[in-house]
Amino acid sequence: MKNKLFKITEDRSQFPEKNADGKIDIDLSSHKYLKLWQGPQHPGITGNMALELTVLGDEVMHCETHVGYLHRGFEKLMERRKYIQCFPIVCRVAVPEPDFNEYCFASAMEELAGIEIPEMAKWLRTLVLEMSRLQSYLMWIGGQSGAFGSGIIGQWANYLRDLVLDRFEELTGGRIYHMYQLPGGVRGLLPDGFKERMEETLQTIEKFMGDIDKVMFNNAVFKKRSVGIGYIDPAWINKFGITGPNARAAGVAKDVRKDYPYLKYADLDFDAIVGKDSDIYTRADVRRKDLLLSIDLIRQIFAKMPEKGDIKAKTPNVLHWKVPKGETYSRAECTRGEYGYYMVSDGTEYPRRINVRGPSYTHAIALLEKMIINTNIADVAGLMVSLHTYPPEIER
Amino acid sequence: MNDIKTKFDITDIIEQRENLSFITIPKEHAISLVTYLRDVKGFKHLVLLTAADWLEDEEFQLTYLLNNPDEKSDLGVRVFISREDATMETAHHLWEQVATYQRELKEMFGIDFPGSPDVDKPFILEGWDDKPPYRRDFDTKQYSEDTYFPRPGRESNDPAEYMKKKLYPDEK
Repeated sequence: MKNKLFKITEDRSQFPEKNADGKIDIDLSSHKYLKLWQGPQHPGITGNMALELTVLGDEVMHCETHVGYLHRGFEKLMERRKYIQCFPIVCRVAVPEPDFNEYCFASAMEELAGIEIPEMAKWLRTLVLEMSRLQSYLMWIGGQSGAFGSGIIGQWANYLRDLVLDRFEELTGGRIYHMYQLPGGVRGLLPDGFKERMEETLQTIEKFMGDIDKVMFNNAVFKKRSVGIGYIDPAWINKFGITGPNARAAGVAKDVRKDYPYLKYADLDFDAIVGKDSDIYTRADVRRKDLLLSIDLIRQIFAKMPEKGDIKAKTPNVLHWKVPKGETYSRAECTRGEYGYYMVSDGTEYPRRINVRGPSYTHAIALLEKMIINTNIADVAGLMVSLHTYPPEIER
Repeated sequence: MNDIKTKFDITDIIEQRENLSFITIPKEHAISLVTYLRDVKGFKHLVLLTAADWLEDEEFQLTYLLNNPDEKSDLGVRVFISREDATMETAHHLWEQVATYQRELKEMFGIDFPGSPDVDKPFILEGWDDKPPYRRDFDTKQYSEDTYFPRPGRESNDPAEYMKKKLYPDEK
């Protein structure tokens, strides 16, 4: 039937031959090729970026990533701010995961200043990082299912994310940006009844995840469009600097939480989630399992953390705090991979240089531009979301 | 570390923490060292490549932060280059993402990497003809005051005076 409606041929002689360097000569005046912009305003684009596609028929022959639609100059701005004044800025580097920015910035600063934070603060930081992971994955599920035409899952996931944001609001006062972690510790203890309400939220998420498993992961259309597409060769992991679920789905167990245990991760019982097939489906499945792992970790944190304790180490007056001269790098595992802050201090009240290492810097440019070749136009959005790219990390 | 010290002209070693050190090397030997570390010493993962501007010393500091995934350790290779002649050998052949880093460094700091793909192509800024904005001597405040004008009808107040007026209007 399919063959009667559309003439499908395996003969690819109509496609251009590649040069010795693996590239093709694109001549737009030949009218064989078409330039097609996906983004910056496009439902199939993650955030503010654009893909300049050159297509032949419906197949992508060349792609160039364009960023610069959201450049806020945060790294430069921080050089004009005292360390404490940087906290409202760092959380805004990445909307889905402000807490990883807060943690990396605070821990780099604490390391340079030689401050050890109290146990209770470590537990609370671990908790907010896992809550942040949970809500970020829920946001991603909507994007991944939406890219393959299933909008309803995004609506469920958004509802679930809102429940996690409710808990964030209780704990920190903010829904999206929290500024909960400060140099030396955190701002507050858990409110009364927080654990019970969080448990209720986790149970709701688990119930919906069962439905999402059926409707998305066991769905014939989703499988058809994601299995075997967007393969990442394990040999590319170091070559492209791939981290997080994109690496783990290729069978490379890279997880900062396990490899370089920070905060209280060494006290928690878990294994890095690893996949095998390294296609869009496997990456989605690794993220789904990681989401469920986050739920488990939050329960473990509640079971193991003390009820009370100091939440803040003694620090100098934050308005006149001269951080000792030096440089360091602090990293954490966010939902997209290795997130890190490189901090250089010149011994004054202002940072000399802050550099944010977002995983999308390589996933959304070098890797995406390579993977997208020979993809069907309709799969571009799905492929991009499967790399969980996030442009504001590229143009901090 | 001793092995690297005997082979290369390393000038400075800082052990920041158990699994993170910084070393300094002259510009001419930097890419050879980075290649050696990648191919022989297991520092296969490039975490980041960035620069810091030491305006008072007339130097840029380039940092290649490398990670050894097997030994779980990091090494920052620091290279100081003159601000006058801000040029560095390209490393785009070592890791695929380096070309993007170098393109950004060219645009934001004005550090050139001859031979790096698309290094002169605008990355984030479009039609920029001013000083590279991440240099310390680029004054962001001055730039915005010169480039953008105050919107008509918009008042600007001294925050302390304004709050006083609002909260305690009767006080003189």
